[in-house]
Amino acid sequence: MLRNTLKTLLMPWGPSGSEHNVAETVKTLLAGHVDSMRTDALGNLIVEKYGTDDNAQRIMVSAHMDHIGLIVTGIEKEGYLRVTNVGGVSLDFSRARHVVFENGVDGVAFVQPVKEGKPTLQDLYVDIGASDKEEAETMVQLGDICVYAPDVFPLGKNKISGPAMDNRVACALLTELLLYTQDQKNTIVGVFSTQEEVGLRGASVAAFGINPDLGLAIDVTGAGDIPEEKFPAVNLGDGPAVKIMDRSMIASPLVRDKLFDAAEAAGVKVQREVLPYGGTDGGAIQHARAGIPTGTLSIACRYVHSACETVDVRDMEGALKVLLEFVDIA
Amino acid sequence: MDLKTLCELPGPSGNEKAVRSHLAQEAKKICDDVRIDRMGNVVCRKKSGSEGAPHIVMAAHMDEVGFIVVGHSDDGMLLFRSIGGIDPRAIVSKWVKIGDVPGVIGAKAIHLQSKEDRERVLKYENLYIDIGAKEKTEAEKLCPVGAYAVFDAGFETFGDGFVVSKALDDRVGCYTLLRLMQNDYACDVSYVFTTGEEVGLRGAIGAGYLLQPDIAVILEGTAANDLGDTKERFHVVTPGKGVAVSFMDGSSIADKELYKQMLDLAAAGGIPCQVKRGVTGGNDAGMFQRGAAGARTVVLSVPCRYIHSGSGVAKLNDIQAQYSLADTFLKQY
Repeated sequence: MLRNTLKTLLMPWGPSGSEHNVAETVKTLLAGHVDSMRTDALGNLIVEKYGTDDNAQRIMVSAHMDHIGLIVTGIEKEGYLRVTNVGGVSLDFSRARHVVFENGVDGVAFVQPVKEGKPTLQDLYVDIGASDKEEAETMVQLGDICVYAPDVFPLGKNKISGPAMDNRVACALLTELLLYTQDQKNTIVGVFSTQEEVGLRGASVAAFGINPDLGLAIDVTGAGDIPEEKFPAVNLGDGPAVKIMDRSMIASPLVRDKLFDAAEAAGVKVQREVLPYGGTDGGAIQHARAGIPTGTLSIACRYVHSACETVDVRDMEGALKVLLEFVDIA
Repeated sequence: MDLKTLCELPGPSGNEKAVRSHLAQEAKKICDDVRIDRMGNVVCRKKSGSEGAPHIVMAAHMDEVGFIVVGHSDDGMLLFRSIGGIDPRAIVSKWVKIGDVPGVIGAKAIHLQSKEDRERVLKYENLYIDIGAKEKTEAEKLCPVGAYAVFDAGFETFGDGFVVSKALDDRVGCYTLLRLMQNDYACDVSYVFTTGEEVGLRGAIGAGYLLQPDIAVILEGTAANDLGDTKERFHVVTPGKGVAVSFMDGSSIADKELYKQMLDLAAAGGIPCQVKRGVTGGNDAGMFQRGAAGARTVVLSVPCRYIHSGSGVAKLNDIQAQYSLADTFLKQY
């Protein structure tokens, strides 16, 4: 069930460059249900499920496993950790936040008072309760990364909130696509990708290695349905969104239109998405090798890159139906 | 082959010819397979001869930051811009060479400056290179638009085992590569001297695609900030404390296993080593990591004060530590 798969996938710690725990969780979920699984030099988990058609196309479907975090750059004599961002961390969102390291060490992120001007990420620190540098060094080392502590809670009847929705939502969708598709026409090359939040790095090398016929990224996108805001014109609960354009890509018409066709065939209402900022693995796949026709299917998300990223499960359910059709008709 | 010679060669990004020729000539003395690729990278391959041996790239960039002539004033001065990032505050009154033509970077003398002038940081638009030309036509003939300039700086050892020169970033890495190349390892090693790093890791784009290694180790010079009243947490690296291993920078996140392996090897072998405590800047690892279907990468840097100026300062012990750690690493495969 989609909601349970999502909850399972929200738990593993996995900032950019350290996605192995997420990959292991996905492998456990998919074991015995797919034709092959392998990991490449950048840690991308590449999973194939063969198509039945003699002329099956190979469709790379990418969902990034990494989420944003804070990396330790210094340990102060009082035992506080100096950190900097891995991916797009907002100072506002990280103030007074519970964070956790891979080894289970908990911390509180906070911002030191500044005498003049506005605080910057250089003023952010993490308190792990150590009484001095020596004690801190037994708990955490330079280069270790912490993330918002895993959490998930329902918000009303259909919405769900927590950190790492970006992009475990897509990991859950890709996992379920690979689990439930049966004798589909085309070959699905599922890529649980790495390092998206620092520049679409995993997907770019995966796309080269796979050299697919078509590319599709699944990702969250900013929602505009909050007070005083109407933009971007994508709302929670109005269905999955077919990307027209963002900063990384103008969706290839071939794939974009197949997504609309798939939605119609599945009887799912979709939204049209034009995002003036941001990018997805789609941009990296589209530019790989001599170019690969690529699109993106998005799930609207409020409060992206905060510890309370919020999505509507109905949008995910709709997206899964669209994906199941897409791998047949593309 | 010595570090002094390497540092004194002119090689601004895009015009690395003098460095390339020298490196290729030195490399041919110790390696049978030396090639120059389309981007001007020097690629020296030493195969182990054993089937299935991992292919490891050891890379350093041969280019340095410099200047390029963009125009001429009516009185025969050269208008110019930087190639790569050079703080304009670090260049006034410095000697430069435009090919064989000596020049000096000029600005208004302090006697002639107003109070406002003295408080203002001069930009490239306010500076010029004086080559002593009689008039504009002479300047145009000697140093046409597009001519390259580099700092005209010597090389000295001084103090407690330090060296001062231009271009330590990254001739220290080139120097280490030439030393490593003299050894035989059980893995296939490509020693790569890249071009265009300072203007966007450009040479490494082609080299990464061409070579498609399993692992790439980047040998660099990196900015040390252990000066004045800078707080310790902003020092990044400290000269004298050994070779610096990076967990992350602007262009790549190190492969976790390689990063840990380097720290463990240094500890076990008593090789002076420090963790780079800053994440700004980028280097060829970004391109080798993402070339073709990807490679595992890690960066080993020599701390360098006043980097990207005509007077970088590095410590010989740290350069030796870079060699020792890279050598120990290659012996593991």
